[in-house]
Amino acid sequence: MAKLLSRRFVLGALGCSAAAAPMLTPVTLAAAPWDTRLVVIILRGAMDGLDVVQPYGDRDFASWRNTLAIGPDNGAQDLDGFFALHGGLSSLMPLWTKGELGFAHAVSTPYRDKRSHFDGQDLLEAGTGFDTGLTGVRDGWLNRMLQAVPGVQAETAFAIGQGEMRVLRGPLPTSSWSPEAQLGLTPAARDLMALVTRNDPLLGGAFNSAIDIAQDLQETLADPETRQGPAHQTLARFAADRLLDETRVAAFSINGWDTHNAQARTINAPLERLSDMILTLKDRLGDVWGKTMVMAMTEFGRTVHENGTGGTDHGTGGAMLMAGGALGGGRVYGAWPGLGHGDLYKGRDLMPTADVRAYAGTAMKGLFGLNRDVIEGAVFPGLDMTGVPQFLA
Amino acid sequence: MSFDPTTAALRFGTGTGPLVPPPADTQALLDGLNARDTMARRFEIALFNDLLPEMRDYRGQQRRRQMASDVKRQGEDDRLKAMRRSNRQAQLSALGATVARWVDTPHGFRERLVAFWADHFTVVGKLPALRHAAPSYVEEAIRPNITGKFEDLLIAAVPHPMMLVYLDQFQSVGPGSRAAKEGERGLNENLAREVLELHTLGVDGSYTQNDVRQLAELFTGLSARYRDGFFFAPSQAEPGAETVLGKTYGGGRPRLSDIHQVLRDLARHPDTARHIARKLAVHFVSDDPDTALVDHIAAAYSATDGDLMASYAALLEHPAAWETIPQKVRQPFDFLAAAIRALGVDGKRVARLSPQVVLRGFVRPMIAMGQTWHQPSGPDGWPEQAEYWLTPQALATRIEWSMKAPPVLQPDLPDPRQFVKATLGERASEALIFAAGAAETRAAGVAMTLISPEFQRR
Repeated sequence: MAKLLSRRFVLGALGCSAAAAPMLTPVTLAAAPWDTRLVVIILRGAMDGLDVVQPYGDRDFASWRNTLAIGPDNGAQDLDGFFALHGGLSSLMPLWTKGELGFAHAVSTPYRDKRSHFDGQDLLEAGTGFDTGLTGVRDGWLNRMLQAVPGVQAETAFAIGQGEMRVLRGPLPTSSWSPEAQLGLTPAARDLMALVTRNDPLLGGAFNSAIDIAQDLQETLADPETRQGPAHQTLARFAADRLLDETRVAAFSINGWDTHNAQARTINAPLERLSDMILTLKDRLGDVWGKTMVMAMTEFGRTVHENGTGGTDHGTGGAMLMAGGALGGGRVYGAWPGLGHGDLYKGRDLMPTADVRAYAGTAMKGLFGLNRDVIEGAVFPGLDMTGVPQFLA
Repeated sequence: MSFDPTTAALRFGTGTGPLVPPPADTQALLDGLNARDTMARRFEIALFNDLLPEMRDYRGQQRRRQMASDVKRQGEDDRLKAMRRSNRQAQLSALGATVARWVDTPHGFRERLVAFWADHFTVVGKLPALRHAAPSYVEEAIRPNITGKFEDLLIAAVPHPMMLVYLDQFQSVGPGSRAAKEGERGLNENLAREVLELHTLGVDGSYTQNDVRQLAELFTGLSARYRDGFFFAPSQAEPGAETVLGKTYGGGRPRLSDIHQVLRDLARHPDTARHIARKLAVHFVSDDPDTALVDHIAAAYSATDGDLMASYAALLEHPAAWETIPQKVRQPFDFLAAAIRALGVDGKRVARLSPQVVLRGFVRPMIAMGQTWHQPSGPDGWPEQAEYWLTPQALATRIEWSMKAPPVLQPDLPDPRQFVKATLGERASEALIFAAGAAETRAAGVAMTLISPEFQRR
């Protein structure tokens, strides 16, 4: 916030003609501290990892699922002879073939047992352990990661879309915008409003950011292509444009994964949004896709056993999707715990065998050259990254 | 820190305005809750049960379209679309009526509490036939029950058809029930979990996964259908007794009264007192409220077995509730309604606005401000933290609205210099008074007040 205040709006003392204050021109920003790109997608509602990356080779799997189709014989795409990709993501298969799509399976955050979406998402975005309590940490792990890097600007990290991205929340200024928002103020009205809002740090900071971003992004918004197609594609194009510019970390959400009922039908819409957005990012990023890593993660998995209404309930272990040219080959990573009665967590959920944060931490270590101590201390306090496979190119 | 009329109108009401005087004292705030509900009569919103015939028709039309031969499909489809259009219009007029109530009411605390409890017991119309029905649920289950005991509000909201559908309860069937043996459906623990986590004990409450499971089994039988709305279906109920938080319920023939009893017990639990007290303090006073205030409300709640009037009185009598520096950021709906009230627009005029104007003036701006009306992203309702609402893009929409909407809604725009004083009294900062007077146009001058921290916070 402080940076934005100093960057523009230097208003005269109260009483001088603020309306006549000349507009200052934007300062050219220093280049970002690194050249690789990270896109974090939060899949809100708890994606059923077992349905998206189906362990059809597990002899117990079929016995748990009733109406939900399983495996390559039922519309899924075979990945490696053991796992198959849900048909709703089949448009991503060319990426798999090129080694630009991968998964980590049987992963979870440290969150256990209460299975609340809200706590689960808060913990996923806070990046803390479960033992530290839920209310203690209010900032997100991406914000803490950025704090460890010198030379970060507000534009380095961008939250996109209308919901708040807690994963980016924290003391380090980051940017957020939704492609829908526009601002129509005359220079005079803008300066007066800056004066009116300046004594409230939150409101004043938001105001200055709004002015800055609206100006910086005028060009993107004027591009007719950006305004075409469904909202999620607009959002992905917009994200890609930020990443082609100064932004190195982008975060947004895809909702709709809470498939308690008729999952065979209801999971298709969020899957389509996910694959559309990944393909849109790839198309628009062009060469930059080669140094990009997309990580799509969810608050927890869903029950192994299909419920009585053709859906699945809140579970524990799940799957994480990774895409981009920074990925070192298409594989389903992770130790598979099995799906026999004795293998399940609390007799109902996929047993997590790795921490989703360990994958995110490993990615940041490789992409941004962060020190392991920083990741295991400041970014994800208490995390142990030992044992995570080498999945980067 | 004690009562003052402007703080009362801003913090516990729907704002100040030239047409309605602010509350005279704390007692007036409380008395308003027991006064005749003139707003509900002046600006009507249908009760949920009165919508059932239309819902049946809608469901019937969905079936007719499914069954229709190719020749007839287009006609059936058009009829369904017409019904959908009329539902959307009904929802727009319910939004108009709600704004009109906020604009006209002398008892703003009632409207605020209705919104607070509607959010506490959030529902979203999940099935196509129910998509427009959330305001009618609030009118039926919430509005008449905000001055009694919490347990009665809980019993009105939790087994309501809208809630049973929203949290998947209506299809949940006890694993050992007759219905489970005949069909393929089974247990769904969504509602049971949210009742413990959100409606009663709170997420830090003293319950376990086993309590969730047991409560889910006890809840089986709560169901809904288009013919009669709520109904209790013993054939879906899990046989045998269930133990929730150490107390055993049922065991004989499945009875609705066992479910009501567990809800009463949950309502009287000390964790619930604390959870509700904190939520009231967070909603009305501060994102991070004084512990003494929360304790005071919780004590009044516990001493009266969850009497809501006693809890509100405890809130209003505590000095921390009258802290002079405003802490809370107005949520988008609150902001729009308070702006219209401040502009001196008459509620009748608001209620007569065309659906197109309601859509352009309220619905879409609220979406861009982060609050799609009656569609929060989950059953925990809208976030309370200021940071959630004052993001750059949401603020941009507040600014855009403040510049463009007032001249449309109030063609006779007030003089900005008078407007700032009439709306905020002594709260207006020198900077704001200067800016309101220095603005290029009347509309920009009015917008200065609406966007100022003094107006955005309460």
